[in-house]
Amino acid sequence: MMMIKMQPTMTVSLSKDTVQIVKEQDVVFLKNRVKEVAVRIKMGLVNQTRLITAASELVRNMMRYGNGGVCVIEVVSSGRVNGVRLTFIDKGPGIPDIAAAMRDGFSTGKSLGLGLPGTKRLVNEFDIKSKVGEGTTVTILKWANG
Amino acid sequence: MSFNTHKLLQKKKKNILELWMKNQLADEGLREDLISNEELRSQSEELINALVGNLSSENFTDLQSEEWSPVIEILGGIAITRARQGFSPRETGNFVFSLKEALLDVLQQEITDDAMTLFKESLKINRLMDNLSVVTFETFIKGREEVILRQTDEITEISTPVIRVWDGILALPIIGTLDSARTQIVMENLLQEIVETGSSIAILDISGVPAVDSLVAQHLIKTVSATRLMGAECIISGIRPEIAQTVVHLGIDLSNIITKATLASALAYAFKVMRLEVRKAAVVGKF
Repeated sequence: MMMIKMQPTMTVSLSKDTVQIVKEQDVVFLKNRVKEVAVRIKMGLVNQTRLITAASELVRNMMRYGNGGVCVIEVVSSGRVNGVRLTFIDKGPGIPDIAAAMRDGFSTGKSLGLGLPGTKRLVNEFDIKSKVGEGTTVTILKWANG
Repeated sequence: MSFNTHKLLQKKKKNILELWMKNQLADEGLREDLISNEELRSQSEELINALVGNLSSENFTDLQSEEWSPVIEILGGIAITRARQGFSPRETGNFVFSLKEALLDVLQQEITDDAMTLFKESLKINRLMDNLSVVTFETFIKGREEVILRQTDEITEISTPVIRVWDGILALPIIGTLDSARTQIVMENLLQEIVETGSSIAILDISGVPAVDSLVAQHLIKTVSATRLMGAECIISGIRPEIAQTVVHLGIDLSNIITKATLASALAYAFKVMRLEVRKAAVVGKF
């Protein structure tokens, strides 16, 4: 199993919500849910847009490469500040070479190849775990003011 | 000892209908605005006739049997009409539940001496009516879903207008998320309109797009390239500050596309390219 890791912050989960991603319409539904949560913790407009864009990238990846899956939306607190953590779990084919997938411009589909590396730049914490044949889990965290 | 409930119900059809109508008319959720009392009565009568007429001792609890299909058909028809007319699920449910009450009431009046039989027969009717309620709800929800699907179709249809803002300038406001299917429609409409109007400038306004991710950006880039191949220039307007920051962070290169913050500045740019000037008219005479 390959991993690319940032040092995760110790957090307390305040609320948890799971969204099933099966069809195209679920993408818009998920984005709206993420926005709701972000607004609730008073995230600024720019950060909201970054988080929603990141969510959009990951959920599209999940639909396209992982045959759908689930997304867990959590409000977390580090004690000082609140944030939103999203966990995307699919049971797809997995990513054989994560280092390559994280490189700008790399794509096995015909996309721009900016989804994963771009998402990493949009959020505060990013973690990807993948095992070939078992699936991929991507976790991102965005602080309300970060 | 066996008791012929179906025969009893057939005999008491009139009573049941009266009781049922009384229940329905007394209900707080009666929607006289959506359905007239006469119509409600004829619906009820039709259903009771079919229900009692098809009842026999064998098929009492077996809703799969052939004889039930006319009842289910009538009930389904009623449920779908109600979904379209805008009845709430509770109001639709009460239609069937009040029939159950009427049936049980009649049964209670008729079987006075044998508590065991009353209980057994009530249970049978209960089971039957529960099954019919499930059917009602299934059809009701299906009716609602049809309404939603129709609305979805309508939304996709109205969401991509191409506007001729000036001679030779087209504008295309995009609202909502751009997915592959919509990009296709947008591109087709735009390219077609360019040919028809002989326009040389197209403005894609994305003020109404909530977030630009890499896929949306890719679709925009494709649309711009296709427009250029047609010999027209494409300007993307309506880029909000937060969208600009997100696009930069994502690492999307839009530098060889002309982008503007507002539709107004895109239009001003288009005028400049076409060497048009917008001026305040000189004051002629006194007002």
